[in-house]
Amino acid sequence: MVELFVKDKRLQLLGLIIIFFILCSIITPSEQNILWRFPALIAQLPILINEFVDYLMFEFMPIEIFDPEIEEYEEKPLFKEITRAIARGILFSIDLIREILLGGVKTIVTFTSWDFVSENKWAYWPALPWTVVSGIAIFIGYTLKGSSLAILVCFSSVYIAVFGQWEPAMETLSFVLIAAPISFLLGLGLGVLGYKNKNVEIALNPILNIAQTMPHFSYLVPVMVFFGVGDHAGAIATIIFATPPMVRLTILGLKNVPIEISEAGMMSGCSNFQLLFRVLIPSARRDILIGINQVIMQCLAMAVIASFIGAKGLGFNLLLALNQLRIGQALELGICIVLIAVSLDKLSLAWANKQKNYFANKSFFHRHKYILIIIFILILGSIVAYLGNFIFRDTYNYLYLIPHNKGITTENFWQAGVDWIWDTFFFKLKVFNEFLIISVLMPMKQAYLSMPIVATFVLVMGVGYIVGGIKSALIVGGFLLFIALTEWYDRALITAYMTTFGVIVSAIIGITVGSLCAQHQLSTKIILLVCDTFQTFPSFIYLIPVIMLFGVTDTSVLIAVIVYATIPATRYTVEGIRSVPESLHDAALMSGVNRIQRWLKIDLPLAFPHMMLGVNQTVVFALFMVIIGAMIGTDDLGQYILKALSDKNGTGNGLVLGLCVAFIGLAVDHLIRTWAAERKKILGL
Amino acid sequence: MPKKDHILKKRNPVIECHSVYKIFGDNAEKMLKNVDGNVDPKLFQEAGCVVGVNNASFEVYDGEMLVIMGLSGSGKSTLLRCVSRLTEATSGNIFVNGQDLLSMKNRELIELRRNKMGMVFQSFALLPHKTVLENIAFPLQIKGQSTKDSINKAFEMVELVGLDGRENYFPRQLSGGQQQRVGIARSLAVEPDIWFLDEPFSALDPLIRKEMQDEFLRLQGVLSKTILFVTHDFDEALRLADRIAIMKDGVIEQLDTPANIVLNPATEYVRKFTEEVPREKVLKIETVMDPVDDTESLSDLRVLRDAIIETVAEEVLNEKQPVQVVDNDNKLVGMVKPSKVIHILFGKTTSIAQSSASNK
Ligand SMILES: Nc1ncnc2c1ncn2[C@@H]1O[C@H](COP(=O)(O)OP(=O)(O)O)[C@@H](O)[C@H]1O
Ligand SMILES: [Mg+2]
Repeated sequence: MVELFVKDKRLQLLGLIIIFFILCSIITPSEQNILWRFPALIAQLPILINEFVDYLMFEFMPIEIFDPEIEEYEEKPLFKEITRAIARGILFSIDLIREILLGGVKTIVTFTSWDFVSENKWAYWPALPWTVVSGIAIFIGYTLKGSSLAILVCFSSVYIAVFGQWEPAMETLSFVLIAAPISFLLGLGLGVLGYKNKNVEIALNPILNIAQTMPHFSYLVPVMVFFGVGDHAGAIATIIFATPPMVRLTILGLKNVPIEISEAGMMSGCSNFQLLFRVLIPSARRDILIGINQVIMQCLAMAVIASFIGAKGLGFNLLLALNQLRIGQALELGICIVLIAVSLDKLSLAWANKQKNYFANKSFFHRHKYILIIIFILILGSIVAYLGNFIFRDTYNYLYLIPHNKGITTENFWQAGVDWIWDTFFFKLKVFNEFLIISVLMPMKQAYLSMPIVATFVLVMGVGYIVGGIKSALIVGGFLLFIALTEWYDRALITAYMTTFGVIVSAIIGITVGSLCAQHQLSTKIILLVCDTFQTFPSFIYLIPVIMLFGVTDTSVLIAVIVYATIPATRYTVEGIRSVPESLHDAALMSGVNRIQRWLKIDLPLAFPHMMLGVNQTVVFALFMVIIGAMIGTDDLGQYILKALSDKNGTGNGLVLGLCVAFIGLAVDHLIRTWAAERKKILGL
Repeated sequence: MPKKDHILKKRNPVIECHSVYKIFGDNAEKMLKNVDGNVDPKLFQEAGCVVGVNNASFEVYDGEMLVIMGLSGSGKSTLLRCVSRLTEATSGNIFVNGQDLLSMKNRELIELRRNKMGMVFQSFALLPHKTVLENIAFPLQIKGQSTKDSINKAFEMVELVGLDGRENYFPRQLSGGQQQRVGIARSLAVEPDIWFLDEPFSALDPLIRKEMQDEFLRLQGVLSKTILFVTHDFDEALRLADRIAIMKDGVIEQLDTPANIVLNPATEYVRKFTEEVPREKVLKIETVMDPVDDTESLSDLRVLRDAIIETVAEEVLNEKQPVQVVDNDNKLVGMVKPSKVIHILFGKTTSIAQSSASNK
């Protein structure tokens, strides 16, 4: 009996659940009962963090700095000077690109002075006409992948221009064009260090884990404190978020370079430097370029969130529109962001897959073909823009720059659509909404909140033990302990309940849809394409249609969560099932198995570990969305993070809250990964 | 056959290895010191170490091709990597052109590799982002040669390995055999004196492999490099080698000429390899040669004492009388009776080994 219990994990799990429920029923809920809730022992942690940050920013290592305005040396804290210098550098670069795209005087001011600019009317940098920017983008698309990509890019830029969003779009773009290269270089550098030095990699791993699971919001406060508010702060928050995938892909790519290739490099007499830059990095080119693609996507995903701390552009306008409940406008802006995201995504992927061709003895024109064509577009566009001066005498020169919100707009149409939906379906939606809230969500929330802490520990650590032994139990227990000792344990439970609900529904939908679509070649292709496209949408975008349909309620958040988190569940299911060896299918066919049996007996068990990795992603996606849902109004951790944003001393709160969310994600991540790795090993995959 | 050994010994050794050990594991060095060179693989395995190379000593002479043969996991690649210093030997001495390889600084090592060594890999190891031409020119560019010079040289190499017209292909557009030609061309681009090849043909289909071996022999005929060639294929070793080193569990079991290995396998393990080998493919005429007997009249046909029996068997069998055997200077050194050749071709293996041994 005991032996059976030691061996059979299902039996162990059953026992664990029984103990869990017994504990739940015998522990009395009371604030004084330590078995019910732990005291908030680390409630002081946020305050300590704040004090530390203050010390760092205002007192640590004062240095003498010459202040030209009062012509005297002044004591300034070192750290603040460093962060301010970084901020100025980044801001200057963003403004520079912004003015190349949109015109302006700030760059000239930097090198001269405001007086100089106001005295000299000519000292103004003209914008690139939108036709030139679009033309160059279209041309790049064409050279990288041919007319299909050119058409996509053309459609995107015309859409943006026609709807009068050119200026904010270029603001967003300028911010991406700075944040993305910095993230790329940072990620590449750290990745190379991690590859070269095992200890660095070991040290990087937890940092990357946390950075990738912390909700975007919680970075914002510390970034604001260190770097101030503005485009640069947005860029820095974006860089923090976009670098980790680049680091991971760099390490992965370098590790995947066959050892013999690096040996071939060494035998060719490469020095360490040559080996790295001429053999290893070029051989890892594909992974590294996919990293760049990831970086760009992350940057756009942050476009909206960065506007919380002052980044201008589409995201800022979108946020404004959402706040004013101008759904139509939000929708238009959302489409602009999606179009930029999809275009940049396709462009960078096309670049990743492009192999350069080498031919000796090229003619002058061949060698400089691209530059010449770009110059040609520039001149042509400028002439057209100049002619526009004469055509649009009385209005704006639509061939030069289309001013913000002076294009056509379909806002009224959408608004009418929303009104119509509300009028027509109001009752039905309301009934559904109430049913969901009263019959499903509230009971579930109550159930989560009425779990005694000790029972939760037993359950979580028990599952950890069953999945991965003592080590796993301690890891997940540690994560839980941190959350339990903060003052936000109940909030964390609410986050957990919303995430659980979202994950369960997403997983059911995703696995069903994925399994069905994986049955056919064509439907597989289509569903993967759909997943790809939806994945490029910045998470915020999902909120727009749900608010349209369900207004500002918990239901909206959950539906956004479900839509967003279903993507990875579907994708991983399809991939998992498609990777089941064909020979097994043939073997099954020979033994007269029908479709359903095949699915149940072969596809599901074999694809299950991979599908669980999809569920893992689903959890991370769902957590992010739940936190972003705080925008609409929830009462979980996200709401507190949002509050920390407007609090001067929010740094500590923001970080600790962010860690709470990250730890929920990491605990699940750890359990699922350990389980899937074990399972895959058993199945010999 | 003793004569050739004699000639070899007079030449300079290009590579010398003395008691080379390579043991993978954390405190391999310490353990090795403790046992004073007497490595017991089991003992080491218990301590978490893997014995790669166990006390290997050999020389490779100028212009000689030494083939290292052994089953997978026997330590061939490890030995080769020690000699090219892609891994650091745990203990022992290695000399290349008289220089102590293991005490070389990084700079000197890079110089040595840039000018004196070339290596071919089992998996081709071409740079995926470079074309055929760029791959071949790569070692030259690394040395600092101008693009133009290196590309010109690469064109020459492309012709040498017969890849004309495919200069601008990427590795992924080539078949395995073609890729390995690129690998060979790249390793030869710097005109190295020493050529390492680690199972260069093992990843190829049998027909292509045969073709590449012929090509390789042709190249070596032109270039006469000093070669260390690794293979797990005994037939390949017999075809190519001047001498063969047979490895098992990191130990060199026997190092000798192909014929001697087939005729006198030193251990049971080596004998297993030689059992199935057709004698006529390895034995030279001199192994079945008799001293010239004035009483017998000889045929007019002359064969070289170094000729492999298989290649001249038909001609010899067409003669009624014993055939004259001559050396490279066309001087008569003996005679061979057709009956002996028939015996080699159709007789039982053991008796042949004995008969040819008694022949000596
Ligand atoms: N980097 C390494 N670390 C540990 N063991 C190794 C390493 N490289 C090779 N070995 C071990 O050394 C032995 C010889 O390997 P190798 O030289 O590659 O064999 P071969 O080339 O003859 O197939 C094998 O048992 C192998 O597992
Ligand atoms: Mg090998």
